[in-house]
Amino acid sequence: MTNGLSPRQRRGLAYSIPVLAVVAALIFGAVMLVLLGANPIEAYVEMFKGAFGSADALIATILKATPLLFVGVGIVIAFRAGVINIGAEGQMVLGGLFATMAALYLPEMPSIIMIPVVLIAGIAGGALWGWIPGALKAYYRVNEILSTIMLNIVAVQLMSYLLRGPLIDPAEIERGTRIPQTERLAPSADLPLIFGSDRLHIGPVLAILSAIAAYYLLWRTPLGYRLRAVGLSEDAAKYAGIPVRRTIALALTLSGALAGLAGAVLVFGSESHRMVTDGSTLGFTGGAGFNGIVAALLGGLHPLWTIPASFLFGGLIVGGQALQRAVQVPSALIIALNGLVVIFVVAADRYRAKLLAVDEWDEQTVEGDDAPGEGDLAALGSVQDHGPDGSGGVDPEEPA
Amino acid sequence: MSEIFTTAVLVAVVASAIRLAVPLLLAALGETFGQRSGVLNLGVDGIMLLGAFAGYYAVLKTGDVWLGLLSGAVVGFVLGLASAVIAVTLKAEQGISGIGVYLFGLGMSDLLFQKLVGTPIPIETFPPVRIPFLVDIPLIGDMFFRHSLVVYLAFAAIPLATFIINKTTFGMNIRAAGEYPEAADTLGVSISRVRYATEIIGGTLAGIAGAVLAISLGIFQQNLTNGAGFIAIALVYFGAWRPTGIMLGALLFGFVNALVLELKTLEIIPRDLSNLFAMAPALITILALVFVARRFQPPAALTKPFTRGK
Amino acid sequence: MKKRSTKLAVLIAVVALIAAACSSGGDEAASADFRIAIVAPSASNDLAFTQSIVDAANKLKADGIIGEVAVTDGTFVVDDAAVAIRDYASQGYDLVIAHGSQYGGSLQEIAPDFPDTSFAWGTSADTFGLPNVYSYEAASDQGGQVMGIMAAALSKTGKIGIVGPIEVGDAKLYVDGFKQGVLFYKPNADVTINYIDSFSDVALASEAAQSLIGAGADVLSGTAQMVVGAVGVAKSEGVLWFGTQANQTSLAPEIVVASQVYHWEVILEEMINNVKDGKLGGELYSITFANDGLVIEYNDGFDLPADVKELAENAIKSMKANG
Repeated sequence: MTNGLSPRQRRGLAYSIPVLAVVAALIFGAVMLVLLGANPIEAYVEMFKGAFGSADALIATILKATPLLFVGVGIVIAFRAGVINIGAEGQMVLGGLFATMAALYLPEMPSIIMIPVVLIAGIAGGALWGWIPGALKAYYRVNEILSTIMLNIVAVQLMSYLLRGPLIDPAEIERGTRIPQTERLAPSADLPLIFGSDRLHIGPVLAILSAIAAYYLLWRTPLGYRLRAVGLSEDAAKYAGIPVRRTIALALTLSGALAGLAGAVLVFGSESHRMVTDGSTLGFTGGAGFNGIVAALLGGLHPLWTIPASFLFGGLIVGGQALQRAVQVPSALIIALNGLVVIFVVAADRYRAKLLAVDEWDEQTVEGDDAPGEGDLAALGSVQDHGPDGSGGVDPEEPA
Repeated sequence: MSEIFTTAVLVAVVASAIRLAVPLLLAALGETFGQRSGVLNLGVDGIMLLGAFAGYYAVLKTGDVWLGLLSGAVVGFVLGLASAVIAVTLKAEQGISGIGVYLFGLGMSDLLFQKLVGTPIPIETFPPVRIPFLVDIPLIGDMFFRHSLVVYLAFAAIPLATFIINKTTFGMNIRAAGEYPEAADTLGVSISRVRYATEIIGGTLAGIAGAVLAISLGIFQQNLTNGAGFIAIALVYFGAWRPTGIMLGALLFGFVNALVLELKTLEIIPRDLSNLFAMAPALITILALVFVARRFQPPAALTKPFTRGK
Repeated sequence: MKKRSTKLAVLIAVVALIAAACSSGGDEAASADFRIAIVAPSASNDLAFTQSIVDAANKLKADGIIGEVAVTDGTFVVDDAAVAIRDYASQGYDLVIAHGSQYGGSLQEIAPDFPDTSFAWGTSADTFGLPNVYSYEAASDQGGQVMGIMAAALSKTGKIGIVGPIEVGDAKLYVDGFKQGVLFYKPNADVTINYIDSFSDVALASEAAQSLIGAGADVLSGTAQMVVGAVGVAKSEGVLWFGTQANQTSLAPEIVVASQVYHWEVILEEMINNVKDGKLGGELYSITFANDGLVIEYNDGFDLPADVKELAENAIKSMKANG
């Protein structure tokens, strides 16, 4: 089926698969909308306007995309090392908590010091919550999917405990309302606003920088080489003298660190400038820990492609909320569509890998498909790297 | 209520643990079949949610709890089949495709509920079945022998699953597909057919587990399972891929949850610290995972799609 | 459809302006133009917290007091709620209601950006000193006390259980009031409170009810949207139930004795009139028995002894008298 295509056509087709997956999900959504008695065209127009139709909408989309990008880049790093990080939800919570505590307990400092300090605290919190499953996997062979799911549960209870108890706004105790939230955190820790906007802060810039840094890390440093080598084949990596266990633990730690940074940005870039909980992880993260996985997938598990993918996916979420406001369709529809996007992207991935791999990778690989860890998706990135022009870069055929 | 560890409390905790364990047990048993054949289905929670809604809706419309159970099973069957297409035929990355199934089930069940039902209307629940004579045994009777029929059936499924996996040809094929698919393939076992079968069994049981949850509670609500499907997957590892181990895991998980709840009722756990105690089931599971991982290996081909000739 | 309603709104506005110019009775026409937006954390048909405010707004709409009600429900993510609040404000809604105590921190930042829009925040007792924010709360402890008295009178075992979500806000107020009511009537009664630390875990709420019944409770109550699980257990165990936030009789007609129902429309109407008069905020509102914002709705299908009902009615009367 792929044989009649030129390499260029093949690559074009391969790169358009994520977009096709989104389109397929939207077609399914259109059918659902008809069944729900809404006009799908009107609904999608509202959705598009809600996500991209005005300056405010664009800002909302960019802000929604920010945690997706942080988490997505973390997912990419872990995935390249053959580890799946389902624990970003909990890592974001820990990042938020650590950053909040730093802002609450540290003395007043000028912004130029305060902001880096609280963000680093957030990174530390997320890194800790990533290191635990990393070490458990590396040294005790505990499946990281399971331990991260459990750590998500622990994180949410820890958040409830801290925000109801030690960290609660003293005014809440005084009034007796006991809303589980901190006081407004020090204004010196507010993320600076940019472009004269009253909402757009530097968070998105940091997220894009982290994507670029991850790209650099993975393909331009010895550490990145080690991470990818472990992801391709643990045995081969071991043979090459790479400390496999330490690398696996490190991959999840880095992944967690980025999720933690996302959590910190959520706190200091929020409207309320404080941490507040409804007793669930979703109430804090908005599901970014899961949706970041989708963004990473849409971006072909490449840090730079994850940038437009997050933007697109953030738009889908923000547009979905606008859709609910405009035509009163339950936002649950959007969650279901997100699920379909994931399924379509992953299901088509093997085909896509084949499209890309035929002429560029197969001859180079020794281990091929059966490499421990997740063969094809991992191999894909290397393809892009090993391509003649280092073709991880921008491709005109991918609409952003 | 000052006597702490009275027998009444013990009875209540054990009975509660059993009730909490049943949906986990059913879903985890189903997942075991898939994992033993080499397929990890992370979408259990999504299948449970859709099964729960199907079961709830059928009972709401007909008043027949068994028809509700059947509806959950049918929905689970279909989603199991879909999961098999994704994981076996399309060879999707299993650690992630399941998240898609989960999100789909989470959104879809909520959407259907809001559009078809709207406000939470209670439905019939399973009637308790008192096992004659046994129910009259002091303590034991109240703990074990006045549950609903599905509880007994769920526990009866454990030896059945053990038997199927260990003693039948089908079970042998499942284990072969999970441990050494290449060898099994050369011996004429169709790996994909086995994995389709186990995914369908897993989906069906997950659908039933959801329906059992909804019909036992007599209600449906957005995200009714509250992550039970993910716990079920953890329990499969916890139980080292053996039905009996999984049962013990499910009971332990249910017991710790029920005990924490009971200790709160008895006001032994201070309310300020209750969140810390609510972590207990998850922390214990992590410790158990460490313990199990030292002694038992997962099926060698778990999460690895099979392609002939490699 | 949306375009048409906008056109209609413009048309009505024009008519209203003309009417106002011609006569003094322009008020009613202007009412139909009044637009309310609600942002709330759970589903608008949850038979609990969110439903109470949506029902109230829809009632005002049916009465012709307001023209449009827009609802964004299920907004448990605080920052998503902030986006919705901001969006509604910039769309020119006359009154934007942030129905969730967790939204306060966001509203505090948003409201100053829209000085011509009126906001309401509940349940809370703080307007942040902002001139365009109203705050509202329910004196749910009042209803809690009344129902606690009934519960104590109806209980044969003297053991009464309450299932709560997380010990905060409206839930805490109600639970504490209920306990006071029970102990007021029967000082030696045994009131056990079980906060399950979740707003969403129906199964855990159900087990909490089992555990309370197991400990001897024969009357239960509970608050927040996950109690549907507890009501089911009460129903199958034949234990009495007292509901709050919305009328929960439909959940279990056999065993629900009464529900404390929030009629936010009482205070919403006052806020709306204020906004029409150009006063956009700065006041605290509370629904109580005295202003008919709190109503105990008895289940007609439940055979409530007359003397118990009289106890309740007397308690309500005295609370009305004391404001």
